[in-house]
Parts: sequence; C-alpha cells; structure tokens
Amino acid sequence: MLIIKNLHAAINGKEILKGIDLTVKPGEVHAIMGPNGSGKSTLSSVLAGNPAFEVTDGSVEFYGKDLLAMSPEDRSHEGIFLSFQYPVEIPGVSMVNFMRAAINAQRKYRNEEPLSATDFLKMMREKRAIVELDNKLAGRSVNEGFSGGEKKRNEIFQMAMLQPRLSILDETDSGLDIDALRIVSQGVNQLKSDQNATIVITHYQRLLDYIAPDFVHVLYKGRIVKSGGPELALELEEKGYEWIKKEVDD
Amino acid sequence: MDMKKENNPTYNLDNGASEKIIQEVTSSDYKYGFVTDIETDIIPTGLNEEVVRLISAKKGEPEWLLDFRLKAFAHWKTLEMPHWAHLDIPDIDYQAISYYAAPKKKESPKSLDDIDPELRSTFNKLGISLEEQMKLSGIAVDAVMDSVSVKTTFKEKLAELGVIFCSFSEAVKDYPDLVRQYLGSVVSYRDNFFAALNSAVFSDGSFVYIPKGVRCPMELSTYFRINAANTGQFERTLIVADDDSYVSYLEGCTAPMRDENQLHAAIVEIRAHERAEVKYSTVQNWYPGDKEGRGGIYNFVTKRGLCKGDHSKISWTQVETGSAITWKYPSCILAGDNSTGEFYSVAVTNNRQQADTGTKMIHLGKNTRSTIVSKGISAGYSQNSYRGLVRVSPDADNARNYTQCDSLLLSDHCGAHTFPYMDIKNDTAVVEHEATTSKINEDQIFYCNQRGISTEEAVGLIVNGYAKEVMNKLPMEFAVEAQKLLQITLEGSVG
Repeated sequence: MLIIKNLHAAINGKEILKGIDLTVKPGEVHAIMGPNGSGKSTLSSVLAGNPAFEVTDGSVEFYGKDLLAMSPEDRSHEGIFLSFQYPVEIPGVSMVNFMRAAINAQRKYRNEEPLSATDFLKMMREKRAIVELDNKLAGRSVNEGFSGGEKKRNEIFQMAMLQPRLSILDETDSGLDIDALRIVSQGVNQLKSDQNATIVITHYQRLLDYIAPDFVHVLYKGRIVKSGGPELALELEEKGYEWIKKEVDD
Repeated sequence: MDMKKENNPTYNLDNGASEKIIQEVTSSDYKYGFVTDIETDIIPTGLNEEVVRLISAKKGEPEWLLDFRLKAFAHWKTLEMPHWAHLDIPDIDYQAISYYAAPKKKESPKSLDDIDPELRSTFNKLGISLEEQMKLSGIAVDAVMDSVSVKTTFKEKLAELGVIFCSFSEAVKDYPDLVRQYLGSVVSYRDNFFAALNSAVFSDGSFVYIPKGVRCPMELSTYFRINAANTGQFERTLIVADDDSYVSYLEGCTAPMRDENQLHAAIVEIRAHERAEVKYSTVQNWYPGDKEGRGGIYNFVTKRGLCKGDHSKISWTQVETGSAITWKYPSCILAGDNSTGEFYSVAVTNNRQQADTGTKMIHLGKNTRSTIVSKGISAGYSQNSYRGLVRVSPDADNARNYTQCDSLLLSDHCGAHTFPYMDIKNDTAVVEHEATTSKINEDQIFYCNQRGISTEEAVGLIVNGYAKEVMNKLPMEFAVEAQKLLQITLEGSVG
C-alpha cells in the first residue's frame, strides 16, 4: 500500500530525512525506533502532509497514487491517519462537532451522503467504548483540559471513527501511565485487520510489548540504518542506541 | 496593547479559491440587485436649517418634531467630529451628502434568474430561504407569498396584545404622544456629534412599544429583517418596554447589504421600565469595502438602553462583520435598583476594515449587575479595538461587573487593541476583568486537515468555537446563519 523511495525532507532549510526507503503492505505493523532527533516524527509529519516540512527529494506512493501531491485533507480521505504526539487543543469546538465535520468531509470525498445525527451519535458511542472514554467526551472541546492519557485515547478514538487504511502512531506511548498504555494498545489492536496497516513510532521497546510489530526499523540521522523482526527491538532495549550509533558513525 | 503576530514562514495556503469567496461577500458584484432609478425624489446635497425644515416638511411632521430637529441641528453645528477612537477616518464632507431621498424605486429583477449568481451563491451558503432571497434581492412579490401572509398574521397577533411595532414615521403620525414622551430620553441630541446629526436629519426607523405585562410572543425579527434591507442612512429606533413586559428584537441581516450612502449614523434608544426585559440582537453585514479598503460603509452608531425600572434588564448581542469603519458602543444605564445590563459582542474585521466597538455600563442603582463579553477577531490588515467603560456611581451599592475581553488574530498584519476604562466610586463594588489574546495557529489547522477537514472549514470551526459564548445568545433562528457568516467572512484569511 505504501512505498517510500529515497525520501528527503527539510524544515527551515535544514535537512532531516536523508533518503528513507520503506514498503508497507496491508496487515503489517512496522515499528520505527531510533534515538531522539533521528527524524522519526519528521517522517510521520511528512507522510501526513504537514506544510511546515519541505520534501526535497524522493517519492511516496500510496495505493498507486502520488501521496506527496495530495493536500493533507485528501491524504486523510485516502486513509492516512496520524495519531499526534502532542494532540492540539481547539477551545470551544466540541468533539461531536469536530468529528462530525471530519466524518462528513470524508464521506463527501467518497461521494456519500452526510451521516444522519442519529447514526453519527450511535457511531460515537460505539467507538469511544473501544478506548473507554465516557459520554462526556462529546460535549468537551477538542483536547481542551484533557489529561495526557485522555488525549492519546482521544486520538485512538478518532482513528476508530475514521477507519484509516494506514495509521501512524507518533510516540503514542509518551506520557502514558501503564493503564492508559494498556487501553490505548488494546484499542489499536482491536482496530487492526488484514486490510489496514500500522506504523508505530516509538523511542522505547515498552509499547511493542503491547502492539506486536512484524518489522522493526531503526532510524538514525535521517536514514533507516537497520531493519529486522521483533527481536531487533529487544536487542535495542538490551544494548541501547549507542550500539547502533557506533556502528553507523564508524 | 498592540499585538501583532510574528512572521510565520512556512504555512502558505492556496488562496485562489478562498479569495473568490471573499470576493463574493465583498466585491462590487452586488450592483445587479441595486440599480437605482434616476427619477427618485432627492434633495440637493448640503446641510443647513432649510434642509432640516425641508426633510420635516416632506415627511409631514408636527411642529414639536421639527423643533427637536432644529435644536439638534443648532447643537451639531457647535460640534466637531470626534477623533478619540482608534480609527483612521478619512475626512467626511458633510456638505457633499444629500440628506433626503424618498424610498428609492429599484429596477426590480423579475425572478431569481436575473440575480447575480455570485450573490445567490452567498445566499445559499447562508442558508437563506428562496422566498427570502427574492425579498432581499428586491424582486417584486405579491400577496401569494407565504412571508407576506406571515407578516399579516404577525401584525394581527401583535395588535391583539397591544404591541406597537411600526416604522418611526408611522409612529409619529399614529402615536405622537408616546414618541414625543420618549424620543431623545435615552440618547439626547446633545450626546455626541453623530447623535446630533442623526437627530437633525433622521430618515426613518422603527418604533416598538410593549404594554404593561405583555410578553411579546415572537422575535421582532423575521418580519423586520425583510424591511431592513431598505433602511435609511440615518436610522432611528425607539423601543419602550413598559412594566413587566418582555421583547426580543433583532436588527439587521446576515445577507450582505450594500448601500450607496457611505455614511451611516443610526440611533437606537431602549427603555425598560419596572421588571421589563429587552433583548436586542444585531447582525451587521454592511458592505465592508474592497480588499484594498476602497468604498465601504462608515457605521457610526449610538445605541443605549436605560434600565429605568427596578429589576429591569437590557441585553445587547451583536455580531459585527460588515462596514469599512465601525464606531459603536451599545450601552446600558442601570438606573433602577437590581437592574441588569449585558453586552455580548463578536466583531470581525478583515482586509482593511476598522472597528472600534465596545460598551458602557453605568451603574447608578443599588445591586445592579453587568456582564460584558467581547470577542474580537482580526484578519488581513484590519484593526479591531475593544473600548469599554464600567462606571459605578457613589450611590450604586453592591454593584457587580464581569468583563471578559478576548482577541483572536488570524494574520501577521492585523491589530487587536483593548481599551478598558473603569471608574468606580463605591467601595462595595466588585469588578472583574479578564482579557486574552490568541491566534489561530497552523498546528490547529493542520490537526483539522489531518482529520480530513479543509482549511476553510477548520477556520470556521475554530472561530465559531472561540465566539460560541456570544453566538449562543443569538435567537435560534439566526444563530446558524450567523455561524456561517463568520466562516464566510473569514474564508481565505488565515496564512
């Protein structure tokens, strides 16, 4: 579904990604690990189309379409979902209005009629149960006054609503206590199917105990320097990133 | 406080489509609906005593009203245009204006097919019904139309209750005693430059009287809105709510309104007697000028409510999106004990628009309360100021005021300013003031984009979220339209 070739990207003229190659197929879970500043979050931003980043070289194909040529909202409509590391607060905009705008924009893109209020609210109820969010959610403003754990659960709730083909979880485990981590991971696992894929971006192996990856890639200095199976994550946990750094820098 | 957003290097929007929509709202494309018949009854430009007498004579007014006008005119001549507002007002040549034109006959389009498609698209975006679109576009409609029969039903129902709701001119003829008793009793012709000018030359407007104990059963709006498209340059509104009465009144219209008169100086006077309540809502969408600031209405309005009776209440709600320059401070004089004044405002400025708006809450009675919630939204190169006064007089024991004053910035070049004044002469007063300044940031927009929401819709969501507290105060039937209006006014303005 996703073919990334030689992807280079920069922010404010500074090159962060220096030639990423990655192929993701339906049903797969890829973990991208790496030390701080290696470009993990940049990769997720670039795939989602954050205009702060400039793609300077390479290509990204998503189900045969040129992803880089699409607006961020069209990438979303095509089925790319980004769970933000720092979900943004939007005061005064209720979750119900926000999600309704999102769902109906997606339906419009697919030439479908807007969802009726009844069907929409039913869907909200079903999906929030996945991440154990209570019914006050609908009336609350987007992420405003949410705890760290609630914000991340809210991200997975939105993922459940939008039913993406490719989910990118950007440091979803950061700032989560063990209970929230369990709820979030269970949510992700429940949404997994052989039709969709997940890219899990994380610094620590911890999350991978809950969300089992098929492939693990190590990102360092803007390149994938090592790829392997789940055992690679354990090896990293044991030896730390110094081992990889040394290997690459030498 | 002058806050400007720092430059924002990376976020560039495709402005093509959105600019087109802004054009819909602001460009000169509306001329199709507003062709003036050259044969109208118009008097030569200039202002002198003869002109004032002529206006009064043409309207067949009684002697006392002519006197009122003449006194106002004599006073106006002694005044100079005020310059204290944070506005850049070009010189206005008051002798170059014609102060009387009979209701203009327009070359009426025959059907909606004759209306500029761009205008129709704006109407549709606002969700205005086809019938009303026809009315607003000046299409001649006869009695078959539903809204006309609705109007008749309204009139009958109101008459049954003794509610008077008519044009100011009609009121002068039919209810001279009421008009004479209350005209100028809240806004004296001596009040300020524009009030004096209006008092001398006012064209027409509305008169409302709610008798004792009557709760007006309908918003005085739907009916009024249709008439509002043709209100004059110097409009005058007088609302009197007698003891234990209630009325909700809506002025204006979400549909874009154009007027070839650049200067507008209106007066609104409200009186609330014992335990009476008046809710006055405004949606102002006059032509704001083009993107470079050419043309556009100068809207210099004096609005004031007098809470005359104990336990009375006056509430102002305004959504201001139009006009090139807005100078407007709907105020409350809280004279009665336990009376309440409220001011809820959303003022949006885009392109080169300027607004200096706010309120005055004058606490005179005991246990009086006032609430001020002002939400300024600035985009483009506009300037948006909040100016407010809270005054507590020595006898106003236990007065309470809460002021919340927020500014939202949408561009690098706009300005948001806050001028709160407080004059507290009684130690028992409790006065609170909160102010915030924020900006729509690219993170919020990108977050919405990532969920599939377009930038234009995202701006609409975010702005309406910000203004929600005020929008919730609008009568239901207009809240939805007003929300869309905010979105349309700001489309393409982030970046």
